[in-house]
Amino acid sequence: MEENFTNSVRLDPDLCMGCINCIKRCPTQAIRVRNGKAHIIKDFCIDCGECIRVCPHHAKKAYYDSLDVIDRYKYKVALPAPSFYAQFNNLDDTNIVLRALKLMGFDDVYEVSAAAELVSELTRDYIEKHRENAPFISTACPSVVRLIQVRFPNLLEHMLRVNAPVEIAASEAKRIAMEKTGLPAEDIGVIFISPCPAKVTSVKSPLGYDKSAIDAVIAIKEVYPKILPLMLRSMNDSTELSHSGKIGISWGASGGEASGLLLDNYLAADGIENVIKVLEDLEDQKISHLEFIELNACAGGCVGGVLQVENPYVAKAKLKQLRKYMPVAKSHIGQFMPCNAYIEHEIEYKPVFNLGENFADGLKKMEQVEEICKRLPGLDCGSCGAPTCKALAEDVVRGVAHEKDCVHLLREYIHKMANDLGDI
Amino acid sequence: MSNLVLKYTVDAEDFTRAGEASSDVKGKLKRMGVPPDAVRKVAIAMYEGEINMVIHADGGEITVEITPSQIIMILADKGPGIKDIDKAMQAGWSTASENVRALGFGAGMGLPNMKKYSDEMKIDTVIGVGTTVTMKVNI
Repeated sequence: MEENFTNSVRLDPDLCMGCINCIKRCPTQAIRVRNGKAHIIKDFCIDCGECIRVCPHHAKKAYYDSLDVIDRYKYKVALPAPSFYAQFNNLDDTNIVLRALKLMGFDDVYEVSAAAELVSELTRDYIEKHRENAPFISTACPSVVRLIQVRFPNLLEHMLRVNAPVEIAASEAKRIAMEKTGLPAEDIGVIFISPCPAKVTSVKSPLGYDKSAIDAVIAIKEVYPKILPLMLRSMNDSTELSHSGKIGISWGASGGEASGLLLDNYLAADGIENVIKVLEDLEDQKISHLEFIELNACAGGCVGGVLQVENPYVAKAKLKQLRKYMPVAKSHIGQFMPCNAYIEHEIEYKPVFNLGENFADGLKKMEQVEEICKRLPGLDCGSCGAPTCKALAEDVVRGVAHEKDCVHLLREYIHKMANDLGDI
Repeated sequence: MSNLVLKYTVDAEDFTRAGEASSDVKGKLKRMGVPPDAVRKVAIAMYEGEINMVIHADGGEITVEITPSQIIMILADKGPGIKDIDKAMQAGWSTASENVRALGFGAGMGLPNMKKYSDEMKIDTVIGVGTTVTMKVNI
């Protein structure tokens, strides 16, 4: 593992053309083009993957483990994301996918959707017991958690304290594998098959708990072609491996988590820009009387992750078909409680966008920003490498850019210089 | 040190744009490093005031002055004025039309919320001339 791992969305400078597509679409304005190449400001980036989607040169890459990570362990357990099942055509039984994963080389599988059913149960109980703190904001999407951490300090108290399904799945998978095999923990690889790079970051540098129970994260789009040829063989088998029903599977798309709470007064928003609007309104108390807020950075929910294969909306339709004849749920809390059911500590506000060291300094710098903004053309053209004129003004005040990075100001300046020279 | 003064014109023509000024102020206060609790108070108090200007007064002007110790919001309109301030300050009392209520506004919580979320509030109103609400939030 890398030291100080902060981001799993990275840039390939060889492919980057220095265009403005990514800087204009980044929801946290975390990208600048400097010297002809894009740069991701690590503190600002929430790993939502928007830049991966929009880069026409495929210069933005998601960092995740390669498939051969599997070989590092004596006993390996696959943790497929609920949205994984939505990638396949005409799938009517999740067992086919789970058996195919074993044919691919995994010794066992533990469905994240099974843990999701436990989380749904834990959340129902948590809301019932803490109603006075409603609404509760889902913490399942790591990009949303990071966004709230850096931009919405007043909403941190509303974050759900129940851990994300994949973490609970990982600790359960490890416990079961250790009991089954007698092997020490380090010989067992619990490997998450992920829809997005944000999950990679949440494993390498978790928020709300000290250490992730997941050993490696691989991409759905890399596993998919490997197990497709194994599906036919898997269909001839009848081993039951599935431990999740409608509730667990539904987590794969937007609205799924919330519907598993059996509440009426919830909201489910997806797509990072929509999520930001909801958070702004929530912060201003424009939204009231809701008990649960489900937020997914990707349009459509996890089916919209950048490591997926299928079109998110087609995937959502497939998920609906798949769950049609499933029981409501197959996994229940029952006798034991997962050891990491709740997050260990509060998530603290990280004011990365602050202009100054303290408020007095920030006030002074905001005055400078306002002054510079008056001189800039307000076209938000992006030619300077910053997404908006305001962003450039802030960069200038932060000391990382120059006012004359603005091509329009530079042109005026050159004109003036030429005229002055003419006068001499 | 000079204080930062921000000025906004609230346009009542487009109802869907109400709240833009308070949203802009909120973003700037956060970047300046104003404590989150004060940011929240300003955002809510100013939003309520801004909505009031749109619903009751055909818009107006908002001036926000940020000093090292407090945030002063001055919301000035040329609307009809408030006839009975005591009544207007009562939670749930509203003169909003059915149309406005249908949009989810006009619950009669505007002025009470503005008072609740500001540390100091002053209303100057003249019937037929307009209303100026001054709110202060301490940092």
